[in-house]
Amino acid sequence: MPTPPAPPAINGADTAWMLVATALVLLMTPALGFFYGGLVRSKNALNTMMMSFAAMGAVGLTWALAGYSLAFGDGGPLLGGTGHLFLRGVGLEPHGTLPHLLFMSYQGTFAVITAALISGAVVERMRFGPYLAFISIWSLLVYAPVCHWVWGGGWLGNLGAIDFAGGTVVHVNAGAAALVAAAVLGPRRDYGRQALLPHNVPFVLLGAALLWFGWFGFNAGSALAANATAALAFTNTLLAPVATLAVWMALDRLRTRKTTAVGAATGIVVGLVAITPAAGFIGPMSAIVLGAAAAFPSYYAILYRSRTRLDDSLDVTAAHGVGGLLGALLTGVLASAVWGGKDGLLAGDPAQLARQAAAVAATFAYSGVASFALLKLIGAVVPLRAAHRHEGLGLDVPQHGEEAYTSGEGAILVLPDPPTAAGASAPARSPGLAAEVPAGSRA
Amino acid sequence: MKLITAIVRPEKLSAVLEALFKAEVRGLTISRAQGHGGETERVETYRGSTVKMELVDKVRLDIGVSDPFVQVTVDAILRSAHTGEVGDGKIFVLPVEKVIRIRTGDEDLAAVTPATPAM
Repeated sequence: MPTPPAPPAINGADTAWMLVATALVLLMTPALGFFYGGLVRSKNALNTMMMSFAAMGAVGLTWALAGYSLAFGDGGPLLGGTGHLFLRGVGLEPHGTLPHLLFMSYQGTFAVITAALISGAVVERMRFGPYLAFISIWSLLVYAPVCHWVWGGGWLGNLGAIDFAGGTVVHVNAGAAALVAAAVLGPRRDYGRQALLPHNVPFVLLGAALLWFGWFGFNAGSALAANATAALAFTNTLLAPVATLAVWMALDRLRTRKTTAVGAATGIVVGLVAITPAAGFIGPMSAIVLGAAAAFPSYYAILYRSRTRLDDSLDVTAAHGVGGLLGALLTGVLASAVWGGKDGLLAGDPAQLARQAAAVAATFAYSGVASFALLKLIGAVVPLRAAHRHEGLGLDVPQHGEEAYTSGEGAILVLPDPPTAAGASAPARSPGLAAEVPAGSRA
Repeated sequence: MKLITAIVRPEKLSAVLEALFKAEVRGLTISRAQGHGGETERVETYRGSTVKMELVDKVRLDIGVSDPFVQVTVDAILRSAHTGEVGDGKIFVLPVEKVIRIRTGDEDLAAVTPATPAM
């Protein structure tokens, strides 16, 4: 997604499409919350969904305050500048054919979802405060530089590596951080000893559906214009996951004789991840090939991972890391200048594959090392993991003071203490409820 | 014959079932229950409402066993359900007048967990 040389004027059609695309990408983060939330046990449903929702509050803010400047401000090959700190100089003026503010907002939604993706590796055991600290700092320390390398005029972009909508910047980046985070946090206490089953598979399907819907904004919006390239990326975002879904269902059926719903949702996401770097660079038949091919490594990576002690609980590395890796490399194979981008291996430029590999390797290495250091740093100040007792109880009540599915039985309304009350232990009760419940009885 | 009724933490259910299985206790019934055993109150907040959750989710196990199995069963539950915190639950051992297996019409000892403990 290279920043085009700036034509002077804002284009109405481009602006209209990108306003919608920005909203679509923002929707992906709550959608991810439903996808992840359905996959965990009911006692952790709210905590898991909040990890995605809260990323909007945390990373959305760091992006506006500093992240955008570090990623897209004028700077060197490694990092953007400080020129746009606090959105200084980001206003109504054109950036390409878009208002500069809109470009900043659009990119902000990418930063948010990238950070939220990592949460799938640490669910059901990481404390919420350290998680917020981690993704906030991570968005500045890891996401902004990598984004700058590829899209902001940094060294990977200059090297000629191409990434249409974020195969490396978003998915390899988040996948590497997730791998490291799962290893640093360690497995859940019940991992490998009990069956840890998804508590709401319809939520998983709902999340996958909304992710796909939002992904049209993610990929087709990365054209940054309402043009033919956007239509190409849109078509590929339709066709690649279709192929992945078909292959995934077939693999499921061959292995277990059943086509699973959780598998179908996973297959859709893997296909979306894989087409992301290639969306505006390859033809539609190539997208089908890419989507079909993407199913295999992720499918078997998930099977392999679940037999190890690495509790990447919701398989962020297998889906996003491996899927992003495959997509980025196949972009270097299938890309063709006929479709408006560059030539890849099959179109006569084998060096493009090497450039793609370099971008993946650099992103994986930097994200892995920096995420490790950041988690260790935060872990030295506060514990990363919830207490054993809280892990057994589920994190919803200890971390958020709420339950996802409460019957309300046994709940007693606490009215505010009257200022003259003698003891703090005697809050007024709603008379109706107090009559039903043996309140205050102690064994 | 005795009926052993145990109230345990839901998060300990898997461990308890595993321990009972290892002790070769066959046949049990579980039900979800709510109760209060002196735990510290849990406070939850929903918008402006603050509520105290007086009742805590528990799991209730009912196991009919022959006399030699009573101690084995109790020990297995004690070992596996224990955390040391308030709210671990209770075990009740009750006398049983008669047990009938519906499928065969077997009565009493023939209808409960076998008479010889494994250990």
